[in-house]
Amino acid sequence: MLDDAMPTIDMPAGPGVLAAGSILYLDGVTVSFDGFRALNSLSLVLAPGELRTIVGPNGAGKTTMMDVITGKTRPDKGDVLFDQNIDLTRLDESAIATLGIGRKFQKPTVFEHLSVFENLELALKTNRSTLATLFFRLSGQQAEQIAATLQRVGLADKARQQAGSLSHGQKQWLEIGMLLMQDQRLLLLDEPVAGMTDAETEATAELILDLARDKTRSLVVVEHDMEFVRALGAKVTVLHEGSVLAEGSLDAVQANPKVVEVYLGR
Amino acid sequence: MTSFSARLLTCGNRRLWTGLAVGALVFLVLVPVLNLAVPVDSALHLPNYMVTLLGKYLCYALLALAMDLVWGYCGVLSLGHGAFFALGGYAIGMYMMRAIGSRGVYGNADLPDFMVFLNWQELPWYWFGFSQPWFALLMVVVIPGALAFVFGWLAFRSRITGVYLSIITQAMTYALMLAFFRNEMGFGGNNGLTDFKDIFGFDLALPSTKMGLYLASAVVLGLAFLLARFIVTSKLGRVMMAVRDAESRVRFLGYSPTAIKLFVFTLSAMLAGVAGALYVPQVGIINPSEFSPANSIEIAIWVAVGGRGTLIGAILGAFAVNGAKTWLTGAAPELWLFLLGALFIIVTLGMPKGLIGLWAQSKARLFRRSAVTEEKEARHA
Repeated sequence: MLDDAMPTIDMPAGPGVLAAGSILYLDGVTVSFDGFRALNSLSLVLAPGELRTIVGPNGAGKTTMMDVITGKTRPDKGDVLFDQNIDLTRLDESAIATLGIGRKFQKPTVFEHLSVFENLELALKTNRSTLATLFFRLSGQQAEQIAATLQRVGLADKARQQAGSLSHGQKQWLEIGMLLMQDQRLLLLDEPVAGMTDAETEATAELILDLARDKTRSLVVVEHDMEFVRALGAKVTVLHEGSVLAEGSLDAVQANPKVVEVYLGR
Repeated sequence: MTSFSARLLTCGNRRLWTGLAVGALVFLVLVPVLNLAVPVDSALHLPNYMVTLLGKYLCYALLALAMDLVWGYCGVLSLGHGAFFALGGYAIGMYMMRAIGSRGVYGNADLPDFMVFLNWQELPWYWFGFSQPWFALLMVVVIPGALAFVFGWLAFRSRITGVYLSIITQAMTYALMLAFFRNEMGFGGNNGLTDFKDIFGFDLALPSTKMGLYLASAVVLGLAFLLARFIVTSKLGRVMMAVRDAESRVRFLGYSPTAIKLFVFTLSAMLAGVAGALYVPQVGIINPSEFSPANSIEIAIWVAVGGRGTLIGAILGAFAVNGAKTWLTGAAPELWLFLLGALFIIVTLGMPKGLIGLWAQSKARLFRRSAVTEEKEARHA
C-alpha cells in the first residue's frame, strides 16, 4: 500500500496533473504562526470514496490541516484543491461548507439550546440565504430524511431532547448526523471517539465504516486511539512536525522505524 | 402571500393569542374607557398625563423588543440602539418642524425658527422632502436602517463581536450626539427640535390627538410583536440562536452569520426608529441628549431585567424599569441611578433569565413542592 501513487513535491508536474481524479489535493502547504511552522510543506491526496485515518503526536499539525481545508486558516504557501480544480484557499468557511466539505470538531459543538431534531434541521441541505431561511417550511420528505439520520446515528429516541442534555458520545454522533444532513462529499472528523466509552467507540467505528461502505463520500478521520484506527482498517497517514512522515496500512507504518522513533516508540 | 399569513397564524399557540387579546383589551379598550368615559372626579378616571406616560412606555417597549431581537436572540449586544431611536425621532421631528409653517416665533414660512435665529437664508438640502408626511415616515425607517446596514456590514464582516462590538456602537451613538449638538449640522443643535404644533393635521395640544398617538403606539407594538414572533419561531430564528451560542459552528454549516446578523441588526434598527417616531410627538421634543451613551445602556438593562431571549420579557422589562424610574425619580431622585446600577448587577448575578425566568423558576419550585407534599401525604396515608 505504501507504493500507492504518492506524489512528492519534487515531481516535475503542475498541480492540475497530480490532482486529476482526486477529491482532495494538498501540495506543499505551509502555515506558520509567529515563526512556528504548524504545517511544513504538507502534501496529501485523497481519492473519491476513500476512508483515510490520520495519526500523529500532539502538535503534528492535524487540526491545522483541517483548519486549512475548511477555510478557517489561510496557508502561507501551497495548493489546496477540492474536486480536482476548486481552490479552497480563496474561499471562506461557509462557501467551503456549501461546496460539500463538512467538519466535526475535536470538541463536540452542537447547538445546546436547540433540540436534537432542530440541530439536524439546521444542518439539512437547503438554500442558506437569509430570506429563504426565514420562509423555510420543512417538507414531509425532509422530515423523513431527518428521521432516517436520527436512526442511523442512534438518536431516534432523543429527537425532542435538548442537545445540551446529551452525553458526550451522543453529541459526537449528533455532529456526525449533522454532517450527513448536509449531504457532504468530504467529511473531516477530528477525534470522533475522544472521551468515549469502549462501547461508544465501537459503535462509532461501525457508524464510520457504514458511512464509508457505499463510497459516495470520502472521510478523513484524525484519531489518537490506535484500537479505533485498527478497527477502521483504512490507509493511515502519519504526520510529524507539519509534514507527512509515512503513509500506508497501519501495520506497515507501525513497522516503519521513523514512525517508531517519533511517535509509537515513545 | 397566503402561505405567509397562514404561517403567521400558526407561528403562535393559543396562549400567545390569548395573551395578545388580553393586551389589546387593556391597552386598546380599558385605558381609553377609563380616560374618556369615566368622569374626571371618579377615582377610576385615568388622567390625560397617564395616557401619554403609558404611550411613552409603549414606545420604550417597542425599543426593548427591537433590542431583544438582536441581543437576546442573535447575541449582538448593541449599545447604540438609542441612536436609531433618536434618528427615527429626528425624522418625524423634522416633519413636524416643517408643519409649523409660518406659525413660528419669526413667522418664516420657509425656515424653522432655529435657522432664522442662526441667520440662515435657505433650507439645507437634507431638509427637502420632510414637509411631506409620507417622505418623513419613510425616512423614519430608512435612515436608521441604512446606518445600521452600513455600520453592521463593516463590523460583522470584520468579525467584530462581543464587547468590541458593544464599544464601537457606544462610540457611534456618542459621535452622533456630538455631531447633533453642533448648530452647523442644521438639526437645532443643543435645543433640538421642539414647539411642534400638529402632526398630519391633528393639533398636538388636543387630548384626542394624544389618545390617537397612544393608540397608534399600542397597535404598532402589537404588530411588531407579531413580526418578531414570526421571525424567532422560523428556522431563521433557530439559526439566530445558533449564531448566538456557537457562531463559528454556524459558519461550518454553510450559513453566513454576517448576513444573518446584518439582517437582524438592520431590522432591529428600523423598529427602534419607529419607536422613536412614535415617542417624539408624545413628548414634544427631540434633542441630542437622546443619543447619550447611557440611554443605550439603559435599553439593555430593560431587556436584561425582563428576560432576554423572550419577547414578552423585553416588553415587561421596559414597563417595569420605566415604571420604577417614573416613581423613584419623583420620590427619591438622587437614588435612581444607584438603583439602576444595583438592578443590573442583581439581574446579571442572580436572575440571568430576568423576571420571566424568575416566574418560571418559582412556578417550577411550586410544582415540585406540591409534588413532594403529595408524596409525603401518600406515604403517611
